Amino acid sequence: MKAFAELLDRLAYTPSRNDKLSLLAGYFAAAPDPDRGYALAALTDGLFFRLPLRRILTDLVASRVDPVLFDLSRDYVGDTAETIALIWPGGGKGAEPPQLAAVVETLQSALPMEVPRLLAAWLDQLDATGRWALIKLLTGALRVGVSARLAKTALAEWSGVPLSDIEEVWHCVDPPYQALFAWLSGKGPRPETGARATFRPLMLSHQIEDRELQSIDPKDFVAEWKWDGVRVQAAHQGGERRLFSRTGDDISGAFPDVVEAIPEGVVLDGELLVVRDGEVAPFNDLQQRLNRKTVTGAMLKSHPAHIRLYDILFDRGEDLRPLPFIQRRARLEAWHAMHAPRRIDISSLIDFSSIAELEALWAGARETGIEGLMLKRRLSPYIAGRPKGHWYKWKRAPLTIDAVLMYAQRGSGKRSSYYSDYTFGAWRDGENGEPELVPVGKSYFGFTDEELRELDAFVRNHTVDSFGPVRQVEAKLVFEVAFDSVHRSSRHKSGVAMRFPRINRIRWDKPAEEADRLETLKAMIVD
Amino acid sequence: MKPGLFETWLTVDRKGLYCRPGGFHIDPYGGAKRAVITHGHSDHARPGHDHVLATQETLAVMTSRLGTPAKRGAQAAVYGEKLKVGDVSVTLFPAGHVLGSAQVLIEWKGARVVISGDYKRSADPTCPSFELVPCDLFVTEATFALPVFQHGNAREEVAKLLRSRERFPERAHVVGVYGLGKCQRVIALLREQGYERPIYLHGALAECCALYESFGVRLGDLKSATGATREELKGEIVLAPPSAIADRWSRRMPDPVTAFASGWMRIRARARQQGVELPLVISDHADWRELTATIEETGAEEVWVTHGREDALLHHIQTTGRRGRALALIGREDEDQ
Repeated sequence: MKAFAELLDRLAYTPSRNDKLSLLAGYFAAAPDPDRGYALAALTDGLFFRLPLRRILTDLVASRVDPVLFDLSRDYVGDTAETIALIWPGGGKGAEPPQLAAVVETLQSALPMEVPRLLAAWLDQLDATGRWALIKLLTGALRVGVSARLAKTALAEWSGVPLSDIEEVWHCVDPPYQALFAWLSGKGPRPETGARATFRPLMLSHQIEDRELQSIDPKDFVAEWKWDGVRVQAAHQGGERRLFSRTGDDISGAFPDVVEAIPEGVVLDGELLVVRDGEVAPFNDLQQRLNRKTVTGAMLKSHPAHIRLYDILFDRGEDLRPLPFIQRRARLEAWHAMHAPRRIDISSLIDFSSIAELEALWAGARETGIEGLMLKRRLSPYIAGRPKGHWYKWKRAPLTIDAVLMYAQRGSGKRSSYYSDYTFGAWRDGENGEPELVPVGKSYFGFTDEELRELDAFVRNHTVDSFGPVRQVEAKLVFEVAFDSVHRSSRHKSGVAMRFPRINRIRWDKPAEEADRLETLKAMIVD
Repeated sequence: MKPGLFETWLTVDRKGLYCRPGGFHIDPYGGAKRAVITHGHSDHARPGHDHVLATQETLAVMTSRLGTPAKRGAQAAVYGEKLKVGDVSVTLFPAGHVLGSAQVLIEWKGARVVISGDYKRSADPTCPSFELVPCDLFVTEATFALPVFQHGNAREEVAKLLRSRERFPERAHVVGVYGLGKCQRVIALLREQGYERPIYLHGALAECCALYESFGVRLGDLKSATGATREELKGEIVLAPPSAIADRWSRRMPDPVTAFASGWMRIRARARQQGVELPLVISDHADWRELTATIEETGAEEVWVTHGREDALLHHIQTTGRRGRALALIGREDEDQ
C-alpha cells in the first residue's frame, strides 16, 4: 500500500506526461505481483466493490471525530475523502501497513458487517498519504491525471512490448493481471485472444497537405466520406458483444441499441452516429450519449445510435487484416448483404477520376454529418497505428471568427508561469443597450512559443481584475479563432459551443470594437 | 480594573491588544506609543512606534526591514529577564517560531497572562525551542487550528526534497520559502542531512540569511541565483519567495521542479492552486495537536484566540470546559506563506 500511495501522490502533483510515464514505469518495475496488477486495475478500468464504502467511511469518521470539527475541516479542505484521510486521529503507528493486494482481496471476500472494523484497522495503520490513497481506491475515483491509455503506454515503455500488442490482449486479461505481467516481463506466453471479443488497435490516417494532394494518383486510391461521429470498433466473438472507442475503452454500456445489433463472428470498424430517419444528426446529439456509463430508455428513443461501417477486420474467425483494402471492402459488402443488420450500414465509396473532380464534389457536399473526406490506398492492409502513406484525411477549411480576449488563466507544467489559456468573447447588446462581450470559447493552442511570451506580457500589462489563477483583461486584443463547427448549447451563457477552437492568428492590428458579434457566430450553427 | 477579569485591563483597540496597567500594545498596527513586539514578521513588527521592547534579534530584523525599530527608543530584552513596564512586569520567553521570536508573559497583581505570538513546538535548528510558561490567561494564535493540520517531521520532508533531486538530476529544484525563518530553517535542515553543495538564493532572501549568520546560525555556502547560468543550476536547490516560484523569475531555471515549504501544503487544493509539483509540509506554526496540547499544559482557565481558524479552536476550548474568546485583530494575514 505504501508504494501505491506514493505513486498516486506523485502522479497527482506531476503535470508532465513524460514524468508520469516514468513514475508509472518505475512502479511496474519495482512492485510485486499481485500488487501491481491491482494498481493497474485501479488506474484503468477501476476496481469495484459491492459495498456502501462511502457511507461506511462517513460513519467511521463520525465515531472518532467531533462532528463540528469535521464539518469545519471539510469546508476548508473542500473534499470529503481528503478530509477523512487528514483528520483520522493517530495513524501511521503500530502494525505494518497492509499490502495493496491484501486490502483488495480481503474486501472482495469480506462480509458487509466485517467491513467497518477492517477499514478502521487499515486507517490506523496507514499514514495520511496512505489513508488518502486507500480512500481513493475504495471509492473508485483516483483522479490523478492518468488515463487508462497512459497506464498502458507506461506498460509498453517499461516492457518494450508495443502498445498496440498490449491493447489487443487487454480485454482478454483480468485483474490482477498476472498473465499479462508474466508475458510483459518475458516469463510467460502472450495471453490468448483467439475467440474472444477483444479490441484490435485501429488503423489511423494522416492529415493531407495541399501539395501531397496533387501527388495522389487516383488509380491507387479510393475515396469515402469521413462522418462526424466517433470512430468505434464493434466486435461479437465467442458469445461476447462489445463496442470499443478508438483508444480501446469498452463503451458497450452506453450503447445497448447498437451493441445488440452486432451479428455473431465479426469485428467491424466504423463511425458511431446518431441517425434519425436516415439523417445523420449533429455531433452534439451524439455527445449527449457519450461519457455515460448507462443510458435511459427516453434517450434511446430520442437519440438512436447507429454505426456506419468503414472496414471489416474479422469474419467468422478469419483475420482479414492482412488483405488489401479493396478485398476487405468486397468482404464487408458481402457480409453486410448477408446479415442486413439493423442500425448498421456501410459508408459508400465515392467515384472519382481526378483530384479536381474530387475537389469539386467535396466543395459541393452539403449533407450534414460529413466531417471530411478519406483517401485510402487500394492495396493497404489494415495496420495498427498511424502508418505513413496509406490513409489520408482531408478536412474542410475551418470556420473563423474574430473574438476578443476576455480572461487568461495560468497553464500547467512547463506553462505554469505563463497565462496561456484564453477565454474570448463576441459582442452583443447588453441590457442597457451598450455593447458587451459574452464568452464564446476557450483555447490554449494555435500560437508559437514566441507568441505565448508576447501574450503573457499583454495579459500582465492589461489586467483589470484577478480571481485566483485567472486574470480578467481589458477588452483590447482580437484573436482570429478557427473552429470546426459551432452548436447550440444551453450550458453556456452565450448559447453556443465551438468544436476544436484554436487561436489561428493574433490580430494585434485590429481594434476590439471591430471584432465579430454573437449573431455572426449563431448564423454558423449547422443544426 | 480587576486582575482576574482580564477584559478590564487587557483591551482591544484600533491598534490591537493593549495592556492598560503597563501602558503598551503587543504587536500593534499603526504607530503606538509603546509596543512589545513578539517577532520580526511584517504583520507583527510594524513601523512607526515611539518605543519598542523586543529581543535583540527581533530588533535587528526590524532595523533591517524598516530602517529603525522605533522612532524614540528601542529596548532589547533577554529571554527570561523580568522587566518592569508601567505597573506590570514583562518577561519574554522563546516561542520557537523564528529567530528572536518570543512569548510575552505579563504579571500584574498575581495574575499571569501569556501572549504566545506565533509559535511552534517542533524542533528548529535556527532558533531556541518553545518554553512552556504556566499562566491564567493564554492568548494563542490559530493559523493551523483545524484537526486536519498535523505537520509531520520536517526532516522527512527535506529528505523528500533530496530524493527528488536525485531522481531529476537535470532539473533545478525551486523551493518557495518565507524569507524570515522558513528559508533559514530549510537551509539548516539540508545541512543537517549532509547536503554541502551551494544553495542558490533569490535576491530577496540574502539579507535575512546574512542576519541569521551574524547571530551565529551557520548556513554554509550560499550563492546568488540571479547571476547563475541555466547550466550551473542543473541539479541544484534554489530558494525563492513563494511569489517567484511559478512566475517569470523561475523561467531562467532549467526545467524547474516547483516545490513549496509550508504548512498549507498539507491541503492538496492549496498546492495545486499554486502549481506546486513537490509540496513540502514544513511549518513554523503549531499544528492542531500542538495548539491543543499547549493550551492544556499552560493550565490556563481562559484562552483567547487571535488569528486564523478560530472557530474550530474555540469549539475545542469550550468542550474542555475553559472560557474562550475570539480576538478580532485587524491586519493579520494568513501566515506561513
